[in-house]
Amino acid sequence: MSILVVAEHDNAELKPATLNTLGAAVELAEHAGGEIHLLVAGAGCQAVAEAGAKIASVAKVLLSEGPEYEHRVAENLAPLIVQLAPDYSHVLAAATTSGKNIMPRAAALLDVQQISDVSTVESADTFVRPIYAGNALATVQSSDSIKLITVRGTAFEPVADEGGSASIETVAATGDAGLSKFVGAALTESERPELTSAKIVISGGRGMQSGENFAMLERIADKLGAAVGASRAAVDAGYVPNDYQVGQTGKVVAPDLYIAVGISGAIQHLAGMKDSKVIVAINKDEEAPIFQIADYGLVADLFQALPELEETL
Amino acid sequence: MKVLVPVKRVIDANVKVRVKSDQSGVELTNVKMAMNPFCEIAVEAAVRMKEAGTASEVVVVSAGPTTSQESLRTGLAMGADRGILIEGDAALEPLAVAKLLKAVVEREEPGLVIMGKQAVDGDNNQTGQMLAGLLGWPQATFISKINLTNGGLEAVREVDGGLETVSMPMPAILTVDLRLNEPRYASLPNIMKAKKKPVDVLSPSDLGVDVSPRVTVLKVSEPEGRKAGVKVGSVAELVEKLKNEAKVI
Ligand SMILES: Cc1cc2nc3c(=O)[nH]c(=O)nc-3n(C[C@H](O)[C@H](O)[C@H](O)COP(=O)(O)OP(=O)(O)OC[C@H]3O[C@@H](n4cnc5c(N)ncnc54)[C@H](O)[C@@H]3O)c2cc1C
Ligand SMILES: Nc1ncnc2c1ncn2[C@@H]1O[C@H](COP(=O)(O)O)[C@@H](O)[C@H]1O
Repeated sequence: MSILVVAEHDNAELKPATLNTLGAAVELAEHAGGEIHLLVAGAGCQAVAEAGAKIASVAKVLLSEGPEYEHRVAENLAPLIVQLAPDYSHVLAAATTSGKNIMPRAAALLDVQQISDVSTVESADTFVRPIYAGNALATVQSSDSIKLITVRGTAFEPVADEGGSASIETVAATGDAGLSKFVGAALTESERPELTSAKIVISGGRGMQSGENFAMLERIADKLGAAVGASRAAVDAGYVPNDYQVGQTGKVVAPDLYIAVGISGAIQHLAGMKDSKVIVAINKDEEAPIFQIADYGLVADLFQALPELEETL
Repeated sequence: MKVLVPVKRVIDANVKVRVKSDQSGVELTNVKMAMNPFCEIAVEAAVRMKEAGTASEVVVVSAGPTTSQESLRTGLAMGADRGILIEGDAALEPLAVAKLLKAVVEREEPGLVIMGKQAVDGDNNQTGQMLAGLLGWPQATFISKINLTNGGLEAVREVDGGLETVSMPMPAILTVDLRLNEPRYASLPNIMKAKKKPVDVLSPSDLGVDVSPRVTVLKVSEPEGRKAGVKVGSVAELVEKLKNEAKVI
């Protein structure tokens, strides 16, 4: 039996999270055997399928195109996964908002208990996943005959996106379920690297005091080639859009360097960044819990420290 | 329109969770419990619909041990009209909860089910999507805005790239994100009133649902901790250390 990976893409490009999910699939294949197939479902997404075919670890690309797949509507994509799944031992998707939306729906239709947010593959049926905001790690064994899994991207190295020449097989689309319609999207435009795959992330919290003040972080980010993130408090206050939120219920990041500015270090925030290689905290309160996990702590007023940091870099 | 709100009782989000030394799970004895924060947001959304006259009745439902009553009472004190407890001591997986909720939906025939996007104990983020799949209903997940239209709804979803708007007919399943609303605190008089509101008690077998687990928890362990590092005295020292010691810039 083979492993099916559901590709995440925007009909033009494969999203980096797909490469991390394939990384998990490669580890899984060492235990479970079989080939790795990549499902590219979308509209006008031939280029994505071709990019997928170039990935060395992918043996076959399944391309399914239809207008009903253009916006990754779960009600339309779940039936396709349900139809393909019986040929596979495992179906994997990234634990992104898209994967989290689609996979449980497919799992229920297959009568499978999905395993969410897997961070380690122990064997073909045993996985480790964080629970309680990462305060505990559960080792779980699935007895379902097909395993549906969402993968925590930061826990697996991305596979190389070259070196392969897989075949592309066309799969008929399953049609519009007629249940829900995509109306529109307001996506955050940014020239900076994507938060979850950036090598450096600089995040601001409530201490930033306003959205305008985030410009101080942005200037530093541009000097470092970093992405900008935020705590929930900063998003709730409207300083920055929701897609900046790092944490238990936002994005999980694990860059080489994470700089937390004006963030206290609540467990829910730590859940999204504590696997970063090096953590820097800038906070005026020397008792702030963030210092308990920071490799380098600077007790300072951020309004003094940030301009100085920008200058020094 | 009737609105059904599934709620879960979990360890209070402010409590530092501890893993049991025998690795069988996390410590639950003498630990403060509360309604899952996302479920509070779901209850608030439903109660606001009732206050606006778009919902006629708000029913809260919880599956779990007898103590789950507490979360039902919290929901009733916030303004829900009645509760349903699906009582059982077995640990329930999201698929089992979704099957139980499906049976409740078939009995109650709500126009809308509003639930949390995630229970902050298991961090599964599955139950709403599973319920929608089992019922063949549309789903709007991770929503931060909801607008009821004629026989349907439009919802704004928080997605990785920003915001997305979807529309769908009702009945539908909604799962709520943090920024949909700020849940109210129940007032003392409302807490007293909630004690008199009706709560039906059912068992999984009353609903004809097999809740046997598919996944075995082999162990629950503590993650490797991070140690506090050093304090630096100045921005210059920080930059120097990041360049020459950590070599990350
Ligand atoms: C269900 C649930 C889910 C949640 N999910 C998330 C999540 O995904 N991500 C997340 O981040 N949070 C999440 N939270 C919220 C979390 O509990 C905290 O409330 C939040 O992280 C606090 O954000 P903060 O550190 O920016 O704000 P605060 O805790 O208010 O901290 C602000 C910090 O800034 C410092 N400061 C202020 N002024 C200055 C200055 N001039 N110079 C230097 N330092 C300064 C202060 O000393 C303080 O430490 C969640 C909570 C719940 C209940
Ligand atoms: N035992 C339960 N009883 C009632 N509702 C539940 C239960 N478990 C989960 N839910 C609902 O499903 C949502 C998501 O939970 P989960 O899929 O476990 O992350 C919660 O916010 C609740 O609304």
